[in-house]
Amino acid sequence: MGTRIMSQAKTTTLPTDWRDFFALTKPGVMRLVIFTALCGMLAAPGSLHPVLAFTAILCIAVGAGGAAALNQWWEADLDAVLKRTARRPLPGGRMQRDSARDFGFALSGLSVMTMGLAIGWLAAGILAFSIFYYAWIYTVWLKPRTPQNIVIGGGAGAFPPLIGWIAVTGHITLMPVLLFLIIFMWTPPHFWALALFVQIDYSKAGIPMMPVVAGEKSTRWQILAYAVALLPLSMTPWFIGGTGRVYGLAAFLLSSAFLWLSIKVGLRTSTPGDGMKPEKRLFAYSIAYLFILFAMLVVDRFATLYGLQA
Amino acid sequence: MTEIPTARPLTPAETEELRARQRSRNRAMGLVLGFLVILFFAISIVKITEMARFHS
Repeated sequence: MGTRIMSQAKTTTLPTDWRDFFALTKPGVMRLVIFTALCGMLAAPGSLHPVLAFTAILCIAVGAGGAAALNQWWEADLDAVLKRTARRPLPGGRMQRDSARDFGFALSGLSVMTMGLAIGWLAAGILAFSIFYYAWIYTVWLKPRTPQNIVIGGGAGAFPPLIGWIAVTGHITLMPVLLFLIIFMWTPPHFWALALFVQIDYSKAGIPMMPVVAGEKSTRWQILAYAVALLPLSMTPWFIGGTGRVYGLAAFLLSSAFLWLSIKVGLRTSTPGDGMKPEKRLFAYSIAYLFILFAMLVVDRFATLYGLQA
Repeated sequence: MTEIPTARPLTPAETEELRARQRSRNRAMGLVLGFLVILFFAISIVKITEMARFHS
């Protein structure tokens, strides 16, 4: 047996830039998380001291950041394959994998503990479950296994307004559950519209995204089906008397436009070189839709508070 | 996490880069810790005030 001499080059590792840790929390997604959580909080019946309200929003945002870091720790190999994610800190080689894991666990733990101590353990428990839901149920379990990954994964993004509401009231009622369900139903058409124009990337990475597995036609029909269901669902807070007509009318108009754009996507067949404009338009509108819908929830609450509607 | 081979001593530019990264991280960490101290102090004051109001 010959002798094997291993020589190891000595290296010094530069510490990871703090901006890369910040990037690990997916700041782009966090904007929507903070906004929907804030709307849930402002629309809830009751009030919270501004310091505690700020703390609750911070905990929800930091918890989402922790879950995002854990997601990127787990999916580092996958992110390297996708063009959209190849430049993230881990696939870009700017951070050690263990650092991302430790950072994710630290943020998650800190946010849940602070939420529990400052606001309440029901909100903290739901925050902990939402992190587990995104980092484990969605990332580890469902995403690589089923084309329904986005449907169930949508739950992860639907938690912030629910937690925001419960931070104020301290208990679960039908209204925050409805807000959860609206985001839950909104996610599949929002994400599949994106998946339709980046599907080549997903098939390369072996992720069973709906357009890759079930085909384009089926995905288009499913986008349409969710948009049809979203119209009455988004108006249910008004039907049950949880909001006034300001929100009800806004939900009707916004969801009707969502449905109209989804019909255009649902009933067409793409041709090579057509630019996928209806899909891109639906994706862009879906983001604006959620922002405006939740903003109207707050406008409605203040309109009622100041006696501008019954 | 850029790796620099150090079979040779670090060049002045590499040393400067290393120190700059360390400084920047320390500053960020200091700001976060300082912010947490202020936040927890504020939470404590609000909680104590609310409790005092509840008992009176």
